[in-house]
Formats: sequence, C-alpha cells, structure tokens
Amino acid sequence: MNAIEVTGLRKSYGQVHAVRGIDLSIATGEIFALLGPNGAGKTTTVEILEGFRTRDSGDVRVLGFDPHNEGRAGREWRNRIGIVLQSTSDSGDLTVVETIEHFSGYYSNPRNVQEVINSVGLDEKAGSLIRKLSGGQRRRLDVALGIIGNPELLFLDEPTTGFDPEARRSFWALIEKLRGNGTTILLTTHYLDEAEALADRVGVINNGQIIEISTPTELGGRSTAQALVTWRDGDAMKCETTDNPTSLVKKLTAQFDGEIPELTVTRPSLEDIYLTMIGVSHE
Amino acid sequence: MNKIPNALALGMRRGGLEIRQFARQRESVVFTLLFPVILLIIFGSVFKDTIAPGVTFSQYFVAGMIASGLVNTGFQALAITIPLERDFGALKRLRGTPMPASSYFIGKVILVSVSMVIQIFMLLGFGLIFFGVEMPTDINKWITFTWLLLLGSACSTSLGIAFSIVPKSGRGASAVVSPIVIILQFFSGVFLIFTQLPPWMQQIAAIFPLKWLTQGMRSVFLPDSFAAEEVAKSWENGRTFTILMVWLVIGIFFSVRKFKWDRD
Repeated sequence: MNAIEVTGLRKSYGQVHAVRGIDLSIATGEIFALLGPNGAGKTTTVEILEGFRTRDSGDVRVLGFDPHNEGRAGREWRNRIGIVLQSTSDSGDLTVVETIEHFSGYYSNPRNVQEVINSVGLDEKAGSLIRKLSGGQRRRLDVALGIIGNPELLFLDEPTTGFDPEARRSFWALIEKLRGNGTTILLTTHYLDEAEALADRVGVINNGQIIEISTPTELGGRSTAQALVTWRDGDAMKCETTDNPTSLVKKLTAQFDGEIPELTVTRPSLEDIYLTMIGVSHE
Repeated sequence: MNKIPNALALGMRRGGLEIRQFARQRESVVFTLLFPVILLIIFGSVFKDTIAPGVTFSQYFVAGMIASGLVNTGFQALAITIPLERDFGALKRLRGTPMPASSYFIGKVILVSVSMVIQIFMLLGFGLIFFGVEMPTDINKWITFTWLLLLGSACSTSLGIAFSIVPKSGRGASAVVSPIVIILQFFSGVFLIFTQLPPWMQQIAAIFPLKWLTQGMRSVFLPDSFAAEEVAKSWENGRTFTILMVWLVIGIFFSVRKFKWDRD
C-alpha cells in the first residue's frame, strides 16, 4: 500500500485556485521531494495531507486514512505521523530535554528521548532553555519533535532553512538514518541540492499543478540533455554544446598536445532544469 | 503497539508544563499575581473611609479584587497568551500531534486554578493583616464563596479561551483584552462603589459576569446588613448563579466550536 495516495485534489481560496487537480502517489519507505516556487500550491497541498486544511474536491489517503478526520480516529492517525512545520517557535521557557520529553508523552510508542536528542545533534544543548538556542538549533529541535513519536510518515517543510552547510550535511545524514528505518518522508525544500541528495523522486509543482514527477537525475530530461564543453584555444575561450561530449573531447585531445587548456564538461544542474521548468530564465 | 495516552492524563501533564512555563516568565508572574495585591495596597491606603456602618472601603475593595482576580487569571491571561501561542505556531504544532484538544484545555484550567488560588490567598492575606478585612464565620458564606469561585473561574476560563479568537495577532492581544477588563472593573464596582455609578454604567455592567461576581463576593465578605445598600436591596445570589451559568455555556460553546489552532 502507498503511504500517500492523492487523486484529483483541488483547493481554491475565493477566486484563487491554489491547487488545480493534483495526482500523487508516494510509496511506503520512499523519500519524495516536492519542489516549487512560493505560491505554487506546495504548502496548501502538504497542509491538506497533514490534516490542517480542508479540500474542495479530490480523494486523499494518507496511511490509508482521510487526513480530515477528528476524534479518536484522528488521534490514532496522528500517532503514526510526524510533522515538522515551516516556522514554529514558542516562548522558549522550557529546556530542550523538557520539551522533547513532554512531546514523547503524546505518543503510544515514542522513541528514546536521549537517542533523539543525540540524533539531531543537540546533546550539548539538552539542558538549555529553548530561547537560548540559535536558529539552526531550534530547527533541529523542531525535527526532534517531529520524529519523537517514531512516525511511519514524516512531513518536512523546508527543514534546513537557516542551517549552515555543516548542519545541513549532518541533517542529511539524519534523514538517511530515518530512511534506513523505513520511514516514508515527504520533503518540501528550496534547496535543489538537498532534493538531489535525499529524494528518491522529486515532483515539481507550479500554478497548482504537478508539471513532472521523476528521479532527480532524470528530471526534465536531464540525463539525456546536451553537455556543454568549454576549453581555451590560444587567447579565446571556446564552447560547444553537444550530444556526444566524449567524441568532442577525443577530437580535442588529438588537436592539443597533452592537456586541453581549461577543459570543462558540464550537464545542466537540477537547478538549471528546475528553473527552466518553472519558467524562470537563468542568469 | 501500546495504546495512545488518555486525554485526562495528558491534560494533567500539560497542566504541569503550563505552570512550569508560567513560573519562568517573570513578567507574567509579576503582572498576574502581584498586580492585584499592589492595587489593593494603593486603594486600601488611599481610601480609608467607612462606606456603611461597619464596612470600610478596603473591605468593599477586597471583595471586588477577588472577583476581578478570577477575571485576571482566567479571561485576561488566556485571551492574551493563547493568541501569542497561535502566532508562534505552537498551537499548530500541537494540533499536528495525537494530543487531543481537551488535554490542551485541561492544562489551561489547571494553570488558571493554580494562579487563581495563589492570588486569592495573597489578597485575603494582605486584606486580613493590613486592611481589617474580616473572614466570614458563617458556614453558608463559605459555601457561597466556594461555588462562586468554581463557577466564576470556570466562566472566566471558558470565556478567555473563547475570546482568544478575537485578537488578530498575538502582539495586539493585550491591547484588545486589557482595556475591556479595566473598563469592566470600573463599571462593575471593583474600583468604585457600584451604587454610586451612573445608571447606564450599572446597566451595561449587569450584562457581564464581573458585576455579578463582585456582588457575590461582597455577600461573602461584607456583613449581611450591607445587602440593603445594593441596587436590588439584596445580594441576589440566585440571579448571580443563573447569569454566570449562561456565560459559562456561551464560553464553552465558542471555545469548542470556534477555537483556532492556526493563524490563517
């Protein structure tokens, strides 16, 4: 059974059609990244799946249930999911360990508090008041609260915004660990390198519709796209786009004696592809 | 798979957490708990007159301050802090966990009860020691005091939770809520003697619970002879009960039906 199953999802706010017919299946154990510019319908879609918003039409199943359920069934369902929202803070008058311990009490089978603190790298801050944490440390606490319930499905909404590169790498390692446990993850992110590093598949959403769903390496025909070869010939920089970079390099090898000066061979990055897809011209 | 924890147990845990958070916010401790006592000291020191045979203004004022203490620790505190929690996104985060809404409300009730009890002890203590307030000796008066306390704080708490949907932002909440409370305190005979207020003020006050709570508290802390000085020439405790019940029902209805977890 798929962890998430969406067909024909629609949602409007007055005259604004935020989501216009989205179909989406996410397999159990999969890490899926949803990409899209602000206002594309990303947040609305995710918040419908999380049970925060109602939908106008369409069929939605998350872990086999309609997310818009209340009472006992709703609690049982929330017991199986974890949500890391985009921006959460609080008065900050509790310590890290107090907060995580308290949240662990909401769930039937929580993870070990110390282990979770350790896995998000907050050991040294466990006894600190939340208000004394840096932005990145607060974000890691948000993630800790998202995974404390040992969820089968985890929603991560722009989890690494405000992280320094090192914190981002260690966060990625944490996500890899969760993947190892079989946790299904739906990730939204602005960072294309993050999607590329983590996601099994990515979906690009724009104007309330999904434009393409693919693996990061194949998105937008990236794997078969033309390569750009550049090199120096005397005083001039030369460049050529080609379907067969290898034969071009062979030709150049014959032409130059030894090293080809300043040779580069590049294919479009995920970011180039993504920007083309959402209609933003690069440079 | 274990069962998910029950709502009451989680509510108790939340109550403990709320108290811990409250105690760590110095401003809130000072404002909610000490401010009424400071007011008592100021008013008690300035107005030393006797307003009726055997009744000083301080006594009248202590009764009123205990009643408005219920409004401060319940209605005012919740209608200001809940919008803040909503703005922070803390409520939305809670909504995304298996914690039921009822546990959140139970936690708030526990917080309100504890701060209310502390405040009443401080007001009675100061009133007793410095301003000649007398404790009732009649058991019936203590019974009245008990139901006024329970019903009044329930009313105040539920209306505070219900009113938390009104302020548009957490920052603006205090500016919306505090004037309402202060005006009600003036209109309801907390700072001023109710029967000396213009009739239109009295009539507006009579719509809201604070006037009835103060009148009820006077029936506990002032001699029965003073009942003749009231507007209706009696304490009207039956009517007080009815009006508080009506407001309690209104408060619970809007709390349950209209509570907002998210700022949009």
